[in-house]
Amino acid sequence: MVLVLAIGDLHIPHRASDLPPKFKSMLVPGKIQHIICTGNLSIKEVNDYLKSLCPDLHVTRGEYDEDSRYPETKTLTIGQFKLGICHGHQVIPWGDLDSLAMLQRQLDVDILVTGHTHQFKAYKHEGGVVINPGSATGAYSSFTYDVNPSFVLMDIDGLRVVVYVYELIDGEVKVDKIDFKKTATTRSAH
Amino acid sequence: MMIGEGVEDEEKWLSAGITGLQQNAFYMHRALDSNNLRDALKYSAQMLSELRTSKLSPQKYYQLYMRAFDELRKLEMFFKEETRRGCSIIDLYELVQHAGNILPRLYLLCTVGSVYIKSKEAPSKDVLKDLVEMCRGIQNPVRGLFLRSYLSQVSRDKLPDIGSEYEGDADTVNEAVEFVLQNFTEMNKLWVRMQHQSLACHGADPVLRIAVGLSGLQGPAREKEKREKERSELRDLVGKNLHVLSQIEGVDLDMYKDIVLPRVLEQVVNCKDEIAQCYLMDCIIQVFPDEYHLQTLEILLGAFPQLQPSVDIKTVLSRLMERLSNYAASSTEVLPEFLQVEAFSKLNNAIGKVIEAQVDMPILGAVTLYSSLLTFTLHVHPDRLDYADQVLGACVKKLSSNGKLDDRRATKQIVALLSAPLEKYNDIVTVLKLSNYPHVMEYLDNETNKVMASVIIQSIMKNNTHISTAEKVEALFELIKGLIKDLDGTLHDEVDEDDFKEEQNSVARLIQMLHNDDPEEMFKVICTVRKYILTGGPKRLPFTVPPLVFSFTQGLLLCTYLIGQWYAVASAGYHGQLRNLELAFLVFVVHMIFIVIGMSILIRQLQGPDQGSDENPFGEEGSNFTEKDFSAFKSDSIELMFLDWFLKSAWDAPTGAKRNGDSVSPCLNPLEAMIFPLVVIYVSLLFLFLWFLGYIYVTCGLLFQTIEILYGVPAPELALRLYLQCAEAANDCDLEPVAYEFFTQAYILYEEEISDSRAQVTAIHLIIGTLQRMHVFGVENRDTLTHKATGYSAKLLKKPDQCRAVYACSHLFWVDDQDNMKDGERVLLCLKRALRIANAAQQMSNATRGSTGSVTLFVEILNKYLYFFEKGNPQINVAAIQSLIELDYN
Repeated sequence: MVLVLAIGDLHIPHRASDLPPKFKSMLVPGKIQHIICTGNLSIKEVNDYLKSLCPDLHVTRGEYDEDSRYPETKTLTIGQFKLGICHGHQVIPWGDLDSLAMLQRQLDVDILVTGHTHQFKAYKHEGGVVINPGSATGAYSSFTYDVNPSFVLMDIDGLRVVVYVYELIDGEVKVDKIDFKKTATTRSAH
Repeated sequence: MMIGEGVEDEEKWLSAGITGLQQNAFYMHRALDSNNLRDALKYSAQMLSELRTSKLSPQKYYQLYMRAFDELRKLEMFFKEETRRGCSIIDLYELVQHAGNILPRLYLLCTVGSVYIKSKEAPSKDVLKDLVEMCRGIQNPVRGLFLRSYLSQVSRDKLPDIGSEYEGDADTVNEAVEFVLQNFTEMNKLWVRMQHQSLACHGADPVLRIAVGLSGLQGPAREKEKREKERSELRDLVGKNLHVLSQIEGVDLDMYKDIVLPRVLEQVVNCKDEIAQCYLMDCIIQVFPDEYHLQTLEILLGAFPQLQPSVDIKTVLSRLMERLSNYAASSTEVLPEFLQVEAFSKLNNAIGKVIEAQVDMPILGAVTLYSSLLTFTLHVHPDRLDYADQVLGACVKKLSSNGKLDDRRATKQIVALLSAPLEKYNDIVTVLKLSNYPHVMEYLDNETNKVMASVIIQSIMKNNTHISTAEKVEALFELIKGLIKDLDGTLHDEVDEDDFKEEQNSVARLIQMLHNDDPEEMFKVICTVRKYILTGGPKRLPFTVPPLVFSFTQGLLLCTYLIGQWYAVASAGYHGQLRNLELAFLVFVVHMIFIVIGMSILIRQLQGPDQGSDENPFGEEGSNFTEKDFSAFKSDSIELMFLDWFLKSAWDAPTGAKRNGDSVSPCLNPLEAMIFPLVVIYVSLLFLFLWFLGYIYVTCGLLFQTIEILYGVPAPELALRLYLQCAEAANDCDLEPVAYEFFTQAYILYEEEISDSRAQVTAIHLIIGTLQRMHVFGVENRDTLTHKATGYSAKLLKKPDQCRAVYACSHLFWVDDQDNMKDGERVLLCLKRALRIANAAQQMSNATRGSTGSVTLFVEILNKYLYFFEKGNPQINVAAIQSLIELDYN
C-alpha cells in the first residue's frame, strides 16, 4: 500500500494566501510516500512546504511557476502503475477529456494527473484513469465561479487504486472515494 | 601576575585559617566531650579568632565562616545540655563575655543568646535587642556582615512573631520587625562602606600602590571592579534580612505600609550607593507579595526618582511591572484591585518622572520601561486601548528627541514593544486603532521597519484576520510601507535576493487576505491596495501586480454573478407581474438612460482620484516619460470606448421603443397605480445594476493600466498571462470590446517582447487555449484573432513546436458546445497544414541525421483527425484517416 498525494494549482501568492488550515492540519509529514504536483505552486516556499511533507516530490511546470526547471511532463512508476503528470495548459481544449486521453496514450501511462481547470475530475477512460485534483487553495479560475479547494490522495495497492478526493465545501472537508482496478497489464505500443 | 600571586597567597591564608580553626575545634570537641565548660569556651574563642583575618576575599572568608558555623552549632547543643544540667543561662551569658577578643566574644554571645531565648528565661525581644546593639562593636565590613548574618541566622526562628512561641504580651511583632530592620540597616551600612573604604584607601596612598607593584593607571579601575565583584558576592547576606521580614507572620499590609516599607526605602535611598539601591529595590520587589506592592505602589514608585542616576532603574521597574502583570494574569478576581489603586496612571506617572529625572538615561532604558508598561497595561486593562496608545504616545515623545534609532538593543526593544499588542490581541484591526503605533514605527531604521512589517503580516496570516474596509487597509499599508516601497534614504542597498523575494511574496499573500463581500467596499479596498502597490518600483511590481490583478478579476466575477441574479429578479418581475411587453420596453429605456448618465458620472468620479495617484510612480522614474503619455492616452481612449459602446446601445433601445411608442402611451394610465410600487423596486435595483456595470468598466480600465505597468519592469511574459486572464474575465462579463482590447494587448506583447523560443511556445498555447474558450466575439473579431494566432503558430522556431501549435489551432474553429463555431473546413485546413509541417520536419531530420526520424507528430495529428471524426466533422472522412494511417506505417 502506497499513498500518493496529487495536488496542484495552489497559486500562492497570486490568488491565495495559503492552503486552507483544515488541509494543512490533515497533511502531515510521514504519511505520504510520494507527492505529484501538477504545477502553479507558484513560489519556492510552497515547494519547500510540499517537500517537508514528503521528500519524494514530482512537479511539472504550470504557466505561473517561477522555477523554470520543472519539466512540462513527467512520468514515474509506482508499484504496478505508471503515472504521468502534466499541468494541462498545453492540452487544448483545456480540460477536454478526449484530448487528455490522447496525452495519456502519448505518455503511455495508466494514470494521468493534470490540473489547470481548478475543478476536481476523475475519469476512467480506455483502461486508464485521468485525474484532475483541482486547486488545493480554491484559487480563482475563470472556469467556475465558486472553486472549492480540493486535493487527491491515491492509495495504490497491487492492481488496485483507490482515489480519495478531499474537498472543502463551506468550511467542511468532504471525502469521496473512487475505486479503479487495472485490468489489462499488456498495452499495445505505438 | 599580580592577581595570580594574590590568589595563591589567599589560598595559603585560607588553608592556614582552616588548619587553625580545625585544630582549635578539635580541642573544643575534647572539652565538650568531657563537659569542660571553661576549656570549651577557651578553645571556641581561639577557633573563632581565625575569623578575625582581613586577608581573605569574601568568597574565601565565607568558606572559613561556614566551617566555624558548623562548629558553633555543636557548641550551641552543648550549651543547651549545660542549661539542662542546671547551669544558669544567665551565668553562661555573662561567662562568654570574658573572651578576649571582641569578634569571638560576639559570636559566642549570639550562640548563647539563641539558647537564652529558647530557655524563655528572658523575653526574646530583650535578648535580641541586646545582641543587635552589641554587634555594633564590629565595624569591619566583611567581618561585621558575617557576624550579623550569623545573628540573623540563629535568631530567625526565635523572633517574637505572632503565633510564635516567643510571642510576648503586647505588640511584640513590632519589636521583631524593629530587630530585623535594625540589623538590616546596619548590614547595609557596612556593605555600602565596603565600597568607599577600599576606594578611599587607594586614593590616599598612591605610593604604597606603586610599591606593591600596581600600575597607577589600571589600578583603581581594576580595584573598583574587584571590589564591586566582592560586594555583589555579599549582597545576599544583606538581602536575607528582607526575606526574613517577608516571612514574619505579623507583618500585615498595614504594618508593611506604615513601618517596613518606609524604613527600608529610607535606608535604600539614603545610602546613595548604586549597587545597594539596585539590588535592594529588586529584592523588595521580589520578596514581598504582589498585593502589598499593589497597595503601596505610590510609596514604592516614589522612591525611584530619588535613586542615584546610574542605577539601572529600567530593569528593576520592568521586573515590578512584570510581576504585577503576572499577578493580574493569575486571576480575574484581582483586577478590580488594580483599578481601585489606579495602577496604570501611577506607573505611567512614575515612569514619566524617572525619565524626566534621569536626563541622560539611554534611549534603551526608556524604551524598555515603556515596553514593560505596555505589557502591563495590555494584561491589566486589555479593554483600555487608550492606555496602550498613551504609552506609545509617550514613547514617541521620547523618541522624537533622538531621531532615528541606531542602537541595536533599543531597536530590538521597540520591536518587542510593537509586537506586544499584536500578540495580545491577535488582531491587527485592533492594533490599527492605536494612533501612535505608526509613529513609533517611523523611528525604526529601514531594516527593522521591514522586520516589523513582516511580523505584522505574519500575525495577520496566523490569525487569519480579514481586513475588510478601505480605511483599515490604508492604515495597514501605511504601517508596512517599508516593504511596499523604497523608503527615503535607501539607495537600493544590497538586499539578499531570497529575503527580498520572501518579503514581497508575503505582501502578495497579504493582498489575498483582504476581502469584503460587498463589491463596492471591495472595490475601494483594491483601489487602495493598488495605490500603494504602484509605488513599489520595478523590482517589486512583478510580485505584487499579479495578486492585485486577480483581486480585480475576482471582483469582476462576483459582479457578473450578482448581475446574473439581478437579471433573474428583473425578468421574474417582467414575466410574473407585468406580462406587458411594451411596458417592459419602457422600463428598459428608462434603465438605459439612467445607465448612460450614471456611467459617465461614475467613470469620471472613480477614475479621477486614481489617475492622480498614477502620476507618482511614473514621475519618479524619469525614463518612463513616453510610457506615462501612452498610459494617459490609453486610459482616455478606453473610457471613450466604453462611453461609445454605451451610447450605441442606448441608441438602439429608444429606436426599438419608438416603433412601439404609439401603443405605449394609452396603456400607461390604467396601469399607473399598479406600476408604482414596482417602479420603486426597479429604481433601487437599477441603481444596483448601474453600480455593477460602472464597477465592471472601471475595473477593466484599471486592469489595463495596472498590467501596463509591467511593461516597464520588464515582465512581458507575466503581463501576457494577466492580459489573457483579464480577457477571460471580460468574456464572462460579456464585454466584447474589452475582451478584444485585452487580446490585442496580449498579441502586441507576444510580437514585440517575447523572444525566447520556449517562452513563445508556452505563450502560444495559452493564447490558443484562452481564445478557444472565448464566446463573446462576433465573427469578424474572432476571425482576426484566430487568424493571427494561427499565423504565430506557424512561425515558431522549431518545426515540431510549429506542428503542435498549428494542430492545436484547429480547435479554434470547432467548439463542441457552440453550434455557430463549427467550421469543419478550416479545421481540416489546419490539420493539413500541420501535416505539411510534420513532413518538413521529418525531411529535415532525414537530412541532418540520416534516419527517417520519429513518427510521433504524425501519430499526434492522426489522433486529432480521429478526434474531429468522432465529433462529427463532415470534412474529416474515413479516406483521409485511412491515408494518414498508411502514412504512419511507412
